[in-house]
Amino acid sequence: MARHETDVAILGAGPIGLFAVFELGLLDLKAHLVDILDRPGGQCTELYPEKPIYDIPGLPIVTGQELTDRLMEQIKPFGATFHFGEMASALTKLDDGRWMLTTDAGTEIVAPVVVIAAGAGSFVPKRPPIAGIEAYEGTSVHYAVRKMEAFRDKNVLIAGGGDSALDWTLNLAPIAKSLTLVHHRDGFRAAQHSVNQMRELVAAGKVKFEIASVKALHGENGQLKSVTLAGADKKEWTHACDMFLPFFGLTIKLGPIADFGLNLHENLIPVDTEKFESSTHGIFAIGDINTYAGKLKLILSGFHEAALMAQAAFHIVKPNEKLRFQYTTSSSNLQKKLGVTA
Amino acid sequence: MKIIATDRVGAEHVLDGRDGWSVMEILRDAGLPITAECGGACACATCHVYVDEEWLGKLSPKSDAETDMLDMALAVEANSRLSCQITCSDALDGLKVTIAPE
Repeated sequence: MARHETDVAILGAGPIGLFAVFELGLLDLKAHLVDILDRPGGQCTELYPEKPIYDIPGLPIVTGQELTDRLMEQIKPFGATFHFGEMASALTKLDDGRWMLTTDAGTEIVAPVVVIAAGAGSFVPKRPPIAGIEAYEGTSVHYAVRKMEAFRDKNVLIAGGGDSALDWTLNLAPIAKSLTLVHHRDGFRAAQHSVNQMRELVAAGKVKFEIASVKALHGENGQLKSVTLAGADKKEWTHACDMFLPFFGLTIKLGPIADFGLNLHENLIPVDTEKFESSTHGIFAIGDINTYAGKLKLILSGFHEAALMAQAAFHIVKPNEKLRFQYTTSSSNLQKKLGVTA
Repeated sequence: MKIIATDRVGAEHVLDGRDGWSVMEILRDAGLPITAECGGACACATCHVYVDEEWLGKLSPKSDAETDMLDMALAVEANSRLSCQITCSDALDGLKVTIAPE
């Protein structure tokens, strides 16, 4: 467990959370960012790293990954601290008026200002629509492999056709008692060399591959015993297994933000359009997660919101200091912060 | 053109399609529970629908990108499509789709 004290805690390291670091940095405010993903960029890098974006002012065409890389370069002078791979799990008010943001990894960030730039929430694994699957989660159904040893000598069933499904098929096959991969077609969106390796294991009888989908789970007390598989011809059969790993990528759920005690409107945080502050003083919401009259879910709108939020955050963090508005083009003070003056 | 969409509780909705728009956009704008996280970039598989058999052959075939992305959809069937990849046109007047489970 680690405790950090800073000026601003930012939930979400997507483009808006990143640009918030810039706007706060110009005002000498330091930030810590928390993101459930293991890298910056949020939806830009998780959903469409290679897809072009055409509506960023001044950048006629930029991919999600390039935009993220450029923002990371732009905020470098401000030395923000990133907590990747952690989900913001609780927000509590301390006696001294500051906020404490806690993550599922036990990190505590204490700051007078919290900025929620969480997009539509947290990226979490997609849960297959199989009745009763929740009862097996954590014991027999896993959406990630944390310890490979847990799968030693087990009858493992993997579902999916992407890189995670293929990678874990290859990694777990040597230690599992048996390993079956199910996918709805005889084609994969995974790296070709992984697919080739999987097919070699199938040919050698070390992995079983079925063109099928999982329809039902059978077992008791969270311990899986078998599943019902259905083939392309709708024919169903029972397959014995004690571990099931569904790999269908990530989806976005609001997650613990719903329990932060904030006023929510259809999973969005209502804010004013002067400060982009929520109805709770010191808690701001910028980017796709907020709502106000005329809101457009555009990256450029989030950038604007970040700039105005930073002005308001300054007065909370430094109540006795006067804020002087300056331009980066002409202010030697700002240029020094940016590291661009000699 | 009209789109006849069945939601997850089995209710049927008759929607006005707009020429050149994607079926996902029509479903989303009608307030139907389609997430379409990526906004129509064929990058998330959260606009998954089942297309009524009689309409399946009338759609333009799946691109490789759509076929690949359907690997990330749940409960995929032979008539699965991503609704962001189906473009509204008069030829599809009466198109019947069912929103896939979450």
